Amino acid sequence: MIQAIVFLPLVGALIAGLLGRVIGHRTSEYITTGLLIIAAVLSWVVFAQYWLAPAAAEGAHGAATKVEVFRWITSGALDLRWVLRVDTLTAVMLVVVTTVSSLVHVYSIGYMSDDPHRARFFSYLSLFTFAMLMLVTADNFLQMFFGWEGVGLASYLLIGFWYKKPSANAAAMKAFVVNRVGDFGFVLGIFAAFMVLGQLDFDSAFHAVPEHADATMRFLSWDLHAMTVVCLLLFMGAMGKSAQFLLHTWLPDAMEGPTPVSALIHAATMVTAGVFMVARLSPLFEASDIAMMVVMLVGAMTAFFAATVGLVQNDIKRVIAYSTCSQLGYMFVALGAGAYSVGIFHLFTHAFFKALLFLGAGSVIHAMHHEQDMRNMGGLRHKIPVTYWMMIIGTLALTGVGIPGTPLGFAGFFSKDGIIEVAYAAGASTGYIAFWALVISAMFTSFYSWRLIHLTFHGKPREANHGHDAHAAHDDHGHGHGSAYDNAHESPNVMLVPLYILAAGAVLAGVVFNDVFFGHAEHIEHFFQGSLVVSADLLDAAHHVPWQVKWSATGAMLIGFVAAFQMYIRDTEAPRRLAHANPGLYLFLLNKWYFDELYDRIFVKPALWLGNALWKGFDDQLIDKALTEGLGARVKAITGRVVKLQSGYLYHYAFAMLIGIAALLTWAIAAGGLLG
Amino acid sequence: MQSDVTSFASLAPAYPELLMAVGAVVVLLLALFWKNVRPGVIAVVAIVLLLATLAVLVLQPASGVLFNGIVIVDGFARYMKALVLGAAAATVMISLSNSKEHGIDKFEYSVLVLLATLGMMIMVSANDLMSLYIGLELQSLALYVVAAMKREDPRAAEAGIKYFVLGALSSGMLLYGASLVYGFTGTTQLDQIVAAITLETRSIGLIFGMVFLLAGIAFKISAVPFHMWTPDVYEGAPTPVTAFFAAAPKVAAMALFIRVTTVSFGPITKDWQQIVIFLSIASMVLASFAAIGQDNLKRLLAYSSIGHVGFALVGLSAGTAVGVEGVAVYMAIYVAMTVGIFACVLALRTEDGRPVETITALAGLAQRKPFVAAIIAILMFSLIGLPPLAGFFAKWQVFLAAVEQNLFVLAVIGVLASAVSAFYYLRIIKVMYFDEPVAKFAAVPGELTAVMAGVGFLIVTYFFTVARPLTDAAHAAAGSLF
Repeated sequence: MIQAIVFLPLVGALIAGLLGRVIGHRTSEYITTGLLIIAAVLSWVVFAQYWLAPAAAEGAHGAATKVEVFRWITSGALDLRWVLRVDTLTAVMLVVVTTVSSLVHVYSIGYMSDDPHRARFFSYLSLFTFAMLMLVTADNFLQMFFGWEGVGLASYLLIGFWYKKPSANAAAMKAFVVNRVGDFGFVLGIFAAFMVLGQLDFDSAFHAVPEHADATMRFLSWDLHAMTVVCLLLFMGAMGKSAQFLLHTWLPDAMEGPTPVSALIHAATMVTAGVFMVARLSPLFEASDIAMMVVMLVGAMTAFFAATVGLVQNDIKRVIAYSTCSQLGYMFVALGAGAYSVGIFHLFTHAFFKALLFLGAGSVIHAMHHEQDMRNMGGLRHKIPVTYWMMIIGTLALTGVGIPGTPLGFAGFFSKDGIIEVAYAAGASTGYIAFWALVISAMFTSFYSWRLIHLTFHGKPREANHGHDAHAAHDDHGHGHGSAYDNAHESPNVMLVPLYILAAGAVLAGVVFNDVFFGHAEHIEHFFQGSLVVSADLLDAAHHVPWQVKWSATGAMLIGFVAAFQMYIRDTEAPRRLAHANPGLYLFLLNKWYFDELYDRIFVKPALWLGNALWKGFDDQLIDKALTEGLGARVKAITGRVVKLQSGYLYHYAFAMLIGIAALLTWAIAAGGLLG
Repeated sequence: MQSDVTSFASLAPAYPELLMAVGAVVVLLLALFWKNVRPGVIAVVAIVLLLATLAVLVLQPASGVLFNGIVIVDGFARYMKALVLGAAAATVMISLSNSKEHGIDKFEYSVLVLLATLGMMIMVSANDLMSLYIGLELQSLALYVVAAMKREDPRAAEAGIKYFVLGALSSGMLLYGASLVYGFTGTTQLDQIVAAITLETRSIGLIFGMVFLLAGIAFKISAVPFHMWTPDVYEGAPTPVTAFFAAAPKVAAMALFIRVTTVSFGPITKDWQQIVIFLSIASMVLASFAAIGQDNLKRLLAYSSIGHVGFALVGLSAGTAVGVEGVAVYMAIYVAMTVGIFACVLALRTEDGRPVETITALAGLAQRKPFVAAIIAILMFSLIGLPPLAGFFAKWQVFLAAVEQNLFVLAVIGVLASAVSAFYYLRIIKVMYFDEPVAKFAAVPGELTAVMAGVGFLIVTYFFTVARPLTDAAHAAAGSLF
């Protein structure tokens, strides 16, 4: 069964990719989508086994189902097999990946209906899904790396899907390059793990952790705590893939890709690979306090940073992108605190509501004929009511609406509040820093989410050429006949049905699964069967935090909501005044803390300079001019001289022979003893 | 001295030589008394005789030492003789259709080729300094005349004179060396010289003699610095004669070189090794550079042959059976490539019947004569030594032998020289394929097409067709020397 789940998308990708031109777009769409739906159904079956009857699905405690596909590398002590590993953690990921992917496939049939390269698109989507499934079913570091790079590749292809658009190409390249930085750390981490633990398959490696817990490794003149080094390097990979602070710059740009791609890759699945990786390797991370602290602080920083930037963005997709970035930060805080199950919980719920928001945004964009700037929207509630309500559900889930202490609330409420409580319970200064960062972020989250809703759906249409009086003033925006607002239309059912399903998930995922992810420690342990580390003490502490903490997130959410309502519904001039009053802060946020400019200055410019220097100086001057052409010139010069030797005069020739024999004689007699 | 020839049967190892000697005289008489016979017919008879001798040689594998030890027939001798005979037959064959315009449409040409071939066979089988010299001179005298055969052409006359004078000089060196060797070892028989050397400590005089002797033979294989005659003679002599020069005599002289060094001077291998290394490096490097400056195809091929002798000597430098095996394979492949390339050159004539002799005249050949251009391209790639063509395996084997003996510097220089030589080979391909055609070419004779196709086929499929039997034969040949 697991083989089918993993390899059906590959089959679909190959069929659509290689035969797409032959079988046509429509067939390609149906084949890939159909295969994906089968895989999703099978995934739910697998998941159900773990969820409903964990003991029945498992033999002994802690053992995962493993299916060997083939032997991969045998070299010395290294014996790698390609093994599909299924345990609870994998099952959760399987469900997330295949569900969202199949819904995105379905949605794309509508969204991409007028694209001339649909077969290619669906091939990429399925290829991505295959790589992602490879990643989550990995049984060793290298296999995980294969999936890791596979999703990176698919992400690159999909971001740059509209390859005729220069900005899409640039974004694709940026995503790839920034990810290389993280991958470099990941690879080093794998090397270090192999060096320290001597194993590459997970079970053996985890088994070897205790005896190497205090090992040190020598790097240059320092003796470093080995597990810390390993974990930090691995986490670097996670930072790249999950767009954490410092390596986040690619994610907003990745919105250049088609919107379904953003929903699938840059919200629900690929970006959560880092979270999954840390959870999967939780036994390693447990061995290093410093690494845990770093994970938590980076997560908190990301959550806060991305939320602030999200406050002022005008592109509807970018707001959601920064929101994703921020939510990923939440997940890492949970992981860093040691509550891996809670991090995975948020991953799980987030997949539903963020995919919902993205697909909803896609529906808006579809309706507005590829208009993405929220300043040109407004009042769309009446035009596209279904999308509106779906977006509302997504927003309620994202902002975490619910009543603390009761099982009433949207998906995000349970997982996000869980993380905030865990951060508080983790204690120590880092825990409190993370706690406050997350609470403030929750407020910002609420603000920018409602701002998005208000700007897009409420108020009056602000589209540039809507209305005759505005027409003259904004002639440069004129699109000709009628405005996008007037022509806005609700999306077809093929795009709406996925929204319904995701909305159901966004509403229910929290309340249904709260117990097994963030309930009693025993329940969690029973559910996860040792596939990740569960800290009973921490969870217990998290359940018994003061009521102020439990209400903090809800309070922050309400503040954010009220602020957004005030500024974008009641007093629409307020944002402008605020921006004018604090131009520095506004520009700082609008320009995303100037990270792109900073990186451009620090990395891109010097790299370009270096590349230029190597090209012009090294290659052109040294290799081409000095070496190649120089050598050629020398050869010609020598040739000229050698040819002159051949004078044509007989006595010259005879002379050469005599000189030759004299030289040979001298050589033979003088040097004769040297060889002998 | 009692003769060891007691019956006709005991002459069995010498049957090929006897057949060749008698046959050459018979062909001469035939041509003299059969009035009005066309020279082409005599040439065909000569080819038949060469092939018949080859057949006797192959089908009647008798070995032994004859005539009181001055002639030896062993596996090595038979291998090399087969090459010589094959090369001679092939070169006569490719000159059939164009002998008139090259001024060699005389029956004497065929007779001289037969006599030269006989001389080469004696060289290859020589087991005595005297028989060595006799064979060498028989071959040389015939070749001097052949070179100047086209008497009305001053270039041919010049080539003949130059070849003769320098050849005489080299013969003098050889004789001087032979006398010194005899003086210091007390014997002229090659396999007894080795015993004399083993008994005594090596003396300066012996080294002296050996260097002179080797210099004399080096002239025949045209190794640098005894190569000076080669470009001028190759250019001046009629093209079919050049083809003959480039193939068979090189093989015979190389065989002689190998026999003298490995058999007679085995105990002082270290001494001749350095000389061979010197000759090898000088030949490879000088030829690579000098060839770049040539526009005349025949001059270029002269330098190419000098370079290939240098590569072959790399194998001999190793001084081992593997090295000699490499040389034997190298010479076989070299002969095939030489025959092929000269077949191409002979096949190319402008519409008004003038032979094509310059590289620039090949411009656009690929459009006018795609088959010939393709064969030339294959041959060029093979001469460079690109895998999987035959030339690669030839070079590979000799370099391998050198590396096995830790002669890394030699091997590296060889590879670098090979890289430089790629320049002029590739230039020909470039001219043929990328330059605009200027001249129109006459039709290609059928037998030349056949030769080109055969050579091209063998070179391209070398590894799958002839590599195994050829290597086995060369292995056996080299084994008989050690």
